[in-house]
Amino acid sequence: MAGIVGWGAYIPKYRITAEEIAAVQHADAKAIKAGLGLTEKSVPGKDEDTATISVAAARNALARAEINRKEIGSVYVGSESHPYAVKPTSSIVGEALDIGNTYMAADTEFACKAGSATIQINAGLIDSKMIKYGFSIGADTSQAEPGNALEYSAAAGGAAFLMGPNEEAVATLDFTCSFTSDTPDFWRRAMQAYPSHAGRFTGDPAYFKHVEASTKMILEKSKLKITDFKYVVFHMPNGKFPLRVAKKFGVTKEQIEPGLVVTKIGNTYSGSSILGFASVLDIAKPGDKILVTAYGSGSGSDSFVFTCTKKITAAQGKAKKVNDYIANKEYITYAEYLKHMEGIHQ
Amino acid sequence: MFRESPIIRWRNYSDRYRLNGYKCTKCSAAYFEYKGLCTCGNLDFNEVQFSGKGKIVSYTMIHSGPEVFENKSPYCVALIDLVEGARITAQVMDCKYEDLKIGTEVEAVFRKFYASGEKGVIHYGTKFVPKF
Amino acid sequence: MKVGVLGIGITKFGEIWEEGLRELLLDAQLRALNDAKMEPKQIDALYTGNMCADSLSGQLHIGAMAAENLNLDKPSIRVEGACASGSLALRQGVHSIASGDADIVMVSGVEKMTDVSTEQVTTALMGAGDEELEGFNGLTFPGLYALLAKAYMHKYPALTRELLAEVSVKNHFHGARNPYAQFQNEINIDTVINATMVADPLTLFDCSPITDGAASIILASEATAKKLGTEVYITGSGLANDSLSLARRKSLTRLDAGHAAAQRAYKQAGITVKDINFAEVHDCFSIAEIYAVEALGFAKEGEAYKLYKDKQTYFDGKNPINTSGGLKACGHPVAATGVKQAVEATMQLRGEAGLRQVKGATTGVTYNVGGSGATACVHVFKKMK
Repeated sequence: MAGIVGWGAYIPKYRITAEEIAAVQHADAKAIKAGLGLTEKSVPGKDEDTATISVAAARNALARAEINRKEIGSVYVGSESHPYAVKPTSSIVGEALDIGNTYMAADTEFACKAGSATIQINAGLIDSKMIKYGFSIGADTSQAEPGNALEYSAAAGGAAFLMGPNEEAVATLDFTCSFTSDTPDFWRRAMQAYPSHAGRFTGDPAYFKHVEASTKMILEKSKLKITDFKYVVFHMPNGKFPLRVAKKFGVTKEQIEPGLVVTKIGNTYSGSSILGFASVLDIAKPGDKILVTAYGSGSGSDSFVFTCTKKITAAQGKAKKVNDYIANKEYITYAEYLKHMEGIHQ
Repeated sequence: MFRESPIIRWRNYSDRYRLNGYKCTKCSAAYFEYKGLCTCGNLDFNEVQFSGKGKIVSYTMIHSGPEVFENKSPYCVALIDLVEGARITAQVMDCKYEDLKIGTEVEAVFRKFYASGEKGVIHYGTKFVPKF
Repeated sequence: MKVGVLGIGITKFGEIWEEGLRELLLDAQLRALNDAKMEPKQIDALYTGNMCADSLSGQLHIGAMAAENLNLDKPSIRVEGACASGSLALRQGVHSIASGDADIVMVSGVEKMTDVSTEQVTTALMGAGDEELEGFNGLTFPGLYALLAKAYMHKYPALTRELLAEVSVKNHFHGARNPYAQFQNEINIDTVINATMVADPLTLFDCSPITDGAASIILASEATAKKLGTEVYITGSGLANDSLSLARRKSLTRLDAGHAAAQRAYKQAGITVKDINFAEVHDCFSIAEIYAVEALGFAKEGEAYKLYKDKQTYFDGKNPINTSGGLKACGHPVAATGVKQAVEATMQLRGEAGLRQVKGATTGVTYNVGGSGATACVHVFKKMK
């Protein structure tokens, strides 16, 4: 199959704390933080959107990959906050990355798994030798209705994976599978500013059912045990759901915590599980196996098994790491947060 | 009305999106965007990819912006010397204005500029942030 | 070269709600004709400066408007060079006479700016810079001069925030003694320093205002002027250009075009800076006056602050600058400014400057700038018998 030749992430600088939001919602910040496993979330700058986040993450990936960028044969960007309803983010990103004009491109949408789905698309294109390298990107500047519980978690950020032949990979993609059904747990109709959701229905019949089914499938397919993995990353709508799944599969704290970025920056939707994945790539060692299960409402889960190669160590220091972006932060007030979110449509 | 034209800005996409520059083949003077005739008289240039690294030469905070930037005021604009030798005008973002100085090191980022109204095209380009 | 000034006319500068573009222009034209005691049909050609009528009034073809105002079919051309439009029109008029193409020429400048919002004016004025390199990045006109101020004050810290404020204080002092100036109030340094920030470090009181106004001047060949007993002559015109954008200038602490234009004008007039009794300069922002003083040669680069420290630039000082009140206090109807400067210079040389009269003035210069220094135009005015 194909592998990851370079990876990169980007998280905007601004943060708003749960306390700041709770004060406006007249809610109990302590209870919310404890109940959702969140502390603060990332907020896009007034001049940032899914396209700019994608470009920043992709540039980091290119810094690690060190390939001839004109050989990139595809760009796929997954998001639920593409800047346009009609006009691709992927071509804006392709132009900004200076990859020439001979590439395939499209935008994807599948709630929070729009980004991970593009990894599967590129794996197929590369494995079949239709292209040599392909960019898989997931990024979001998620919107949440003021006063809604999602306001504490809907965050901004993204990750990009330049995929290519296994011989050049820093991490090979060994197995992938998906579990999909038509489950209306969370959705947004066209022209609506904010998404809607079905309350507690988003739990067992949606997130847990699909994440668990897909993870079970990948373990069977790969004939691996949970203990074979150095790191495990599940989609992170909050700090609690992934820990519940982890417990069910016997995943340890050491395996799950390094990728649990949600507790520091919130849920970056199409960037969520893949940002967690990027953060463990930042620290992984050759031979480490990584299990990633993404989840997108509506619903579906994509699971992946990666194995890190000898090439990963040299690549880690070549670009800013997820933790560098997490640490580079500036707090804003709720009033400023509303100004930042003003320009985000879609 | 020209600001609504997607075409005017499209012409400069590759330069603006990527900080694509030009170096005179005779005297090596570096230019960002429009080059015309080099100051040495030469018309021949090599395309050069600027690294995006530079230093602030002068800067200001603009409080009273034009219509398209109205809801983004105040914002900081600076003159920046790129390490390759070209001097450019650009916004500096994501920083505390009081922390900026003449000489602050900055790096290029890809950002949104403005949209031509609710229905129009979104214009992107290069801005700078302090190095971190 | 000697081109005589037969008549001058200027409207009140300010927010002139009742008058539109053509009414303002006609007002100044008629005043100039009245001052020269002439009939419209005696005018051989017209040059009219205007910068913003197309973006703010939807009106181009101002040359035709100027001729129609006086019911003339004579040659009439609109001249544009951003904020230097007025002096460029003056130069065109001077050349037209010097070349023998016309004997009597009317030069005007008009601007109508108060019909639209401040944001719309800000947007229009950005056309004076480089639209693609500066406008796209949101660099406004005040922003351009703010960048210059920061660079200058960093290199020459002797120009403190307080001394820079003295420029506006002095200009308001003069404005209060100029009946046609927009602002008639005196101010102090605190007014300037504590005013709203427009573009750091320039506050509202470092910036020239948005103004309506028009000015007109009637010029004639030396022979015709002598016959009519004219005393005031233009003896030199210098024009120089530089890059549209600040980023492409050789220096940020001097306006090279200003220096070059001054030298060209002085050479043609056969004078040096020592011969100059007063100057009308382009203080679109307080810092611009500092650059002007140095470009004209009144101080070395970095030393203009001395003139303000010692209060030499008042009408009764050693180096009178902007007795009209400058752009700050007199107002800045963009294209009218260059012609206003010529009107004020003429008033000074005729001894008609009332409470701001420079005693015994025989030589004055006008210094008009376009954009952040892409154009600079200097004229030398002399009193001759």
